[in-house]
Amino acid sequence: MVTTGDTTATRADAPTSAGRPTTAGTALEAELLALAGSVPDPELPVLTLAELGVLRDLRLTAPDRVEVELTPTYTGCPAIEAMSADIERILHDHGIPDVEVRTVLSPPWTTDAITAEGRRKLEDFGIAPPRPAGPAGGPISVDLTIRCPHCGSTDTTLLSRFSSTACKALRRCESCREPFDHFKEL
Amino acid sequence: MRDTVTTPALPLGDDALILSHRLGEWAGQAPVLEEEVALANIALDLLGQARVLLSLAGDEDELAYLREEREFRNLQLVEQPNGDFAHTIARQLYFSTYQELLFEQLADGDTELAPLAGKAVKEVAYHRDHATQWTLRLGDGTDESRTRMQHALDALWRFTGEMFEPVPGLESLPWATFHDVWTTRITATVEQATLRLPEGPQRGAWTAGAGRQGLHTEPFGRLLAEMQHLHRSHPGATW
Repeated sequence: MVTTGDTTATRADAPTSAGRPTTAGTALEAELLALAGSVPDPELPVLTLAELGVLRDLRLTAPDRVEVELTPTYTGCPAIEAMSADIERILHDHGIPDVEVRTVLSPPWTTDAITAEGRRKLEDFGIAPPRPAGPAGGPISVDLTIRCPHCGSTDTTLLSRFSSTACKALRRCESCREPFDHFKEL
Repeated sequence: MRDTVTTPALPLGDDALILSHRLGEWAGQAPVLEEEVALANIALDLLGQARVLLSLAGDEDELAYLREEREFRNLQLVEQPNGDFAHTIARQLYFSTYQELLFEQLADGDTELAPLAGKAVKEVAYHRDHATQWTLRLGDGTDESRTRMQHALDALWRFTGEMFEPVPGLESLPWATFHDVWTTRITATVEQATLRLPEGPQRGAWTAGAGRQGLHTEPFGRLLAEMQHLHRSHPGATW
């Protein structure tokens, strides 16, 4: 549960690995960005939006008005509306009456934007984190090792390319026999 | 009024919307649970594309729910009924291979479609991979699966020529190259699956190919009736 006092997501957590750091101008903007970034992902609540790397920008365009840029993980991601509502609510609670959350598609989100802390939390949660996606060019080879998040074995098999959400694939560990989700590279 | 919509976002949005609806029909019917989830996820990706594209062309709800059959500009391929699982996979193989080529090109361009294309092409690569792997598995599988996969490829072949007719507003794209690369990729998959490339014509007097002009096949009316009836029966309904 996020409270307005929970500002653990700092700019250091902002996605920089994909070369697209979120920007923050003033100290207040940085504070508000951290606040918006602390919102948990509606479908993967172990991750914050900052750790997921979907917050692109936050700007104060007037003393009581904030514009936020959010990018979806997948084009059809239904969580984007819940994310927008949660960001509006947390900023309202922090005294910003006028919040506009805009969805931007370009440059496209990549799993490389998930922070190192985000990857660690995914694995703790039982979801194998994505491997480096690198430059765009489609799915990378399934031959590259994916470790079981339960026992750490690298002997795992793909069961289905699409799992509980579009962003995950379903795999099984051949050592401990547990099925698990793998956050697909995108 | 809506006849004045000329952006290429409309036909491409219609492709995504109609195929999304068809794939959604598999909910509760797929052969295994994993495929139920996979087809629903692909449908969701396509619905996301459709929402962005139709919003570029106008009001997404109005365009999706209030147009008549002849105002839709989707390919006839995507409106074809699901058939058996092999038919759905053949339709996915043909369409996702095409869409990936088209979106790769659009992503590198500077049209209003570029941001969506750059985003969606990465998702479509997974759709194409899904269809390719199933084609290999069914083709190089049992006698029954092999027969059905070949039949599905043959049955939908005559709907493939239309894909390479230039979309109005995108005439400058390399459509002939799309056709060549598409044929090369489909041939490679089909041969690896120990199947044969269909031999009939892709276009001509006995082939389909007027979806982009608003002429659709008989099953499309029933699809629209189901897709649109809630919105038309309860205008402005929310939940």
